[in-house]
Amino acid sequence: MRGHLAFDIAHLLAGSLVLVSFMQIYQDRLYALLNTYALHALVLSASVAWQAFVQDAPHLYLTAAIALIFKAIIIPTALHRIIVRLGIHREIETVVGVGPAMLLGMGLVALSMVVMLRVTAEADPLAREDLAFALSVVLLGLLMMVTRRNAVSQVVGFMSLENGLVLAATGAKGMPLVVEISVAFSVLIAFIVIGIFLFRIRERFDTVDVQALDRFRGERQ
Amino acid sequence: MIDALAGVLLIPAVAAALLAALPGYRLTARLNVLATLATFATAVSLFIVEPRVGPYLLVDNLNKVFIVLTTFVGFTTSVFSASYIGHEIDTGKLTPTFVRFYHTMYQTLMFAMNLALVANNIGLMWVAIELATLTTVLMVGIYRTHEALEAAWKYFILGSVGIALALFGTILVYMAARPVIGEGLNAMVWSVLITQADKFDPALLNVAFVFLLLGYGTKVGLAPLHAWLPDAHAEGPTPISAVLSGLLLNVALYALLRFKMLLALNPAAIAPGPLMVTLGLISCVFAAFMLYRRRDIKRMFAYSSIEHMGIIVFAFGMGGPLANFAGLLHMTMHSLTKSAIFFAVGHISQIKGTQKISDMGGLTVTNPVLGWGLVLGVVAIAGLPPLGIFMSEFLVISSTFAREPWLAVILALGILVALGGLFLRLNTIAFGEPRGPTASAQASYVPMFAHLAIVFAAGIYMPPMLVVGFQNVARLLG
Repeated sequence: MRGHLAFDIAHLLAGSLVLVSFMQIYQDRLYALLNTYALHALVLSASVAWQAFVQDAPHLYLTAAIALIFKAIIIPTALHRIIVRLGIHREIETVVGVGPAMLLGMGLVALSMVVMLRVTAEADPLAREDLAFALSVVLLGLLMMVTRRNAVSQVVGFMSLENGLVLAATGAKGMPLVVEISVAFSVLIAFIVIGIFLFRIRERFDTVDVQALDRFRGERQ
Repeated sequence: MIDALAGVLLIPAVAAALLAALPGYRLTARLNVLATLATFATAVSLFIVEPRVGPYLLVDNLNKVFIVLTTFVGFTTSVFSASYIGHEIDTGKLTPTFVRFYHTMYQTLMFAMNLALVANNIGLMWVAIELATLTTVLMVGIYRTHEALEAAWKYFILGSVGIALALFGTILVYMAARPVIGEGLNAMVWSVLITQADKFDPALLNVAFVFLLLGYGTKVGLAPLHAWLPDAHAEGPTPISAVLSGLLLNVALYALLRFKMLLALNPAAIAPGPLMVTLGLISCVFAAFMLYRRRDIKRMFAYSSIEHMGIIVFAFGMGGPLANFAGLLHMTMHSLTKSAIFFAVGHISQIKGTQKISDMGGLTVTNPVLGWGLVLGVVAIAGLPPLGIFMSEFLVISSTFAREPWLAVILALGILVALGGLFLRLNTIAFGEPRGPTASAQASYVPMFAHLAIVFAAGIYMPPMLVVGFQNVARLLG
């Protein structure tokens, strides 16, 4: 009985993560995007905490705490401030329209289900579903990175991709170094947010629109 | 108990901390050279005293070759870097604070690369490659111009996506290993994985390898995942271009080879060879044609690196003792030659004050030592006899010709096209009317000519000890 419930809740949380990934795709304002990302991190944190409980692996609570404090609170707040300071809280330009992007996203989710469920036929069902959802989140994050031009939304895309990886790592039962890897990733993200934005891009560019960065291309002069 | 294995990690780590604390350019540049020399000496001692293999660190015949090569080029580049950075301070392009930061990052990068090479744990290896990516991103952006920042941003985003995919692949390998080896640390320890690889679930391994190939392949600079590479090479300080081309690409390749060995042991899994052969061939031919349209000297040699990584991946993809031997030799020769070329290019662009090929000319007349050094380097990298790269390219093509004649023809075509492109530009840079400023350089020529001498010697005579060593590794790779 408990096995069923454990599975259902894990399933629900991982599924919600995919849903929030979809929500991110159609947010066309930066504030709303950041709020959705915070929700994404919150769901991830709940999912990881549930895995920690089910697998009886207390060290995973640490990963959950990192997701909650760092990704759901600190990073969105910091990005909020940066957006205000850069004065870019206007609409996001999307390269692909919302409709096609959603369709592409659905295609990617279907793809990851087909691939992962087929190859993991013999793995235990909990890890199996988790992995399929995790791959969907990773692919949706990638999709977001290629459909946006704004540097901030590309970073948000990368961060949600990374959430998918953490989901996969915690779903793989008994995987060592998960905490270390999630710390390494947090360092990476903190690095982007603090380093590149505050010191570099803000100092040198009038805009964080990546297309503006493309003005220069070494060869054309 | 501190052995040589801990030494190659501890020396750069301690040096990084020291260099972050110490002021003064002259002192820190010397300390940087000293630390890399000590690391190199320690790496060589790995051949004499065999350290113990633990759950986290490992030394075998394969990574010994990589470690010695990495620490050697790291050492010579630090010698070049000392004179290069001196010039950058004199011209005011870098402030002392940034130089301190640069030296710290240099040692951190050496630490990260050595850690990736000696890691026995596939998770640890991944973390080390991530660290190496981060430090190089910082160094690429160090000039803080528009171009440098764009290059760093592009490298950062593409590199991060690459390592993210590689992590997913790593997780899948763990998932495949868990039912056989059991939960916990052992299922990520490479020396344990390799003994049990034949019992893993082949379907999971296949998917894992695709992710690992795309992920680490981005870091190797394989087309069509190479977009970051030319920018990162062109906009960073030249010593970093030398380290990127000569070493970091190799480290990512090493990670790929480790996983290839796992797959090769599992008879039911897909053969990793054809995938690598395809990507290698695409990279080689694509980069060869791209050489013709380059106007920036560092960018041109970056494309040449893509071409050569393509040849190396192709050779390892073909597999078998002979092709693996050729791949290893080519990798070594390319690292030495390409870093020597970047040493020359660094001084040339400092003299000329630009990287545009059209503003350079007649170098063999105005700066004979530098000019002829570059000519020699390009002759070597283009694969003309009797230099080392000719040997290795000849081996790759002849061993392929016996098995897949058509692939050998395509590869040979790529190499010839690249040769044409390189000589076309070399003609402008080294010969003809002198153009641009012609001041003599305060250069250190020793690292450049030391590398070229080794490449020249290897083309004529390979010591039997080295041949036997490479053959052992080639057999290990399967």
